[in-house]
Amino acid sequence: MDAVYLAVALFLLLTLVAGLWRVLRGPTAADRMLAAQLFGTTAVACVLLLAQLYQRPSLRDVALVFALLAAVAAVAFVRRAWREKS
Amino acid sequence: MSFTDILTVLLLLAGASFFLAGTVGLLRFPDVYTRLHALTKADNLGLGLMLAGLALQAESWTVVARLLLIWVLILLASSSVAHLVVRTAQQKGIRPWKR
Amino acid sequence: METLTLLSWAFDVTLGLTLMWLAWRALASEDLFKGIVLFIAFGLLMALAWVRLDAPDIALAEAAIGAGLTGALLLGALAKLEAGAESRSRRSEILPRPADKTKVFSGLLVFLLLALVVMLVYAIVKLPPLASGLSAQVAENITASGVSNPVTATLLNFRAYDTLLEMAVLLLAVLGIRSLAVVQEPRGREPGAVLDMLSHLLVPLLILVSGYLLWVGSYAAGGAFQAGAVLAATGVLLLLTGWLPGAWFVGWPLRFLLIFGLAVFVAVTLVLQLFGASFLEFPPSLAGSLILLIEVAAALSIGVTLTALFLGGRPQPEPPSSGRAEKRNTSGTQPS
Repeated sequence: MDAVYLAVALFLLLTLVAGLWRVLRGPTAADRMLAAQLFGTTAVACVLLLAQLYQRPSLRDVALVFALLAAVAAVAFVRRAWREKS
Repeated sequence: MSFTDILTVLLLLAGASFFLAGTVGLLRFPDVYTRLHALTKADNLGLGLMLAGLALQAESWTVVARLLLIWVLILLASSSVAHLVVRTAQQKGIRPWKR
Repeated sequence: METLTLLSWAFDVTLGLTLMWLAWRALASEDLFKGIVLFIAFGLLMALAWVRLDAPDIALAEAAIGAGLTGALLLGALAKLEAGAESRSRRSEILPRPADKTKVFSGLLVFLLLALVVMLVYAIVKLPPLASGLSAQVAENITASGVSNPVTATLLNFRAYDTLLEMAVLLLAVLGIRSLAVVQEPRGREPGAVLDMLSHLLVPLLILVSGYLLWVGSYAAGGAFQAGAVLAATGVLLLLTGWLPGAWFVGWPLRFLLIFGLAVFVAVTLVLQLFGASFLEFPPSLAGSLILLIEVAAALSIGVTLTALFLGGRPQPEPPSSGRAEKRNTSGTQPS
């Protein structure tokens, strides 16, 4: 079972790395921010898989904090930092 | 492997496939509106299926409750952010893609 | 077992390489916004790296600060930069910096950096060859510390000056920012029903989780800094929705909250010194309650301080004069 958790976590990490291409490419700021939003969800899934793998309950708190703050950066983006050059 | 383990593996794989689909959509879709459509599937179903798989392995009900809370929080965040981003994108005049 | 080691190896290598690449791209990117998004991704992966290194306390801090708060902070700073740049270029006030001054400055910077490198290399060379770490000593003395989480025991008892000085640094940072900058809140946009609902649901939960992290810090991952960071995220969210007017960040209540943590910390040590303890030494019978008291005060102060940092300066006290009014139109929000 442990190998399954780690393999799925590795797979998620690889999808995150692939998604970085969208951050580099853009073209709009919204595309980049949405990619970051997806990364947040991916990281939550990864942390929870690792929590199960290591049998460490306190890692679930890390995922909880991720989930709670998932919206803060994006809200700051929408409310303050949005600009479009195109 | 017990029956629960097999079920967990299946759920994890199903969740992972939604993450893959979300990433492919993020990379391949033509504009911000369609990409958003791909992303929310990964957030909602991908994470949901994964957490369902992990919940089967949980040692107590409090762990299940915590996983559920995390999933609901991510749903809340991702759907609100999706709405906010798209509304602002429309206001800023980003045109939806047309073939 | 074999596949497990192979998989962890692959995971670690991917994580490490991606982290280094992200750090490089975040710093080298010409587009500042792209750099910020890469930095947010860096924060997420850094937290994962701490999870892999079996350091849940730091992972928690990184999750709250690196992934959540710093992103918002940098995006706010970017909005201010751009507003400033626009109003400057409109009034054509960009003054070219004298070239010789820049040269002297960068020469000095290079010199200081080289000195730092020499010092660091010296420190590494002088390290004892086989440092076993201090975890055995911490484990031996954990009962005297008043808490059972070794990280909290270290940060608030054995090396309490760590936390004390960290809070002093935060206080100095916010003092510097507030003396240098005056900010005007971007106004005129309603948050809208969705953001309203999101904040309605999130704010109570954020405060609850902040308290939970503070409490749980005595026996598991958590503590004042993590709790303060989550509290600060609450403040940032409230500032962004406009429920908490930036204009409230003035006067005695604010000053009190800013210094509260540091003041309680110093007061506790001074009172204990009157009774014969040495500097930052807590008697084992009281240590648990004292640490909790200090942590509650510290978390409050850290939360308010980080929120004030996000605000980015003193709020404008009176209605803007004609010179400022022009600036307001460019302050990041769009009149729609």
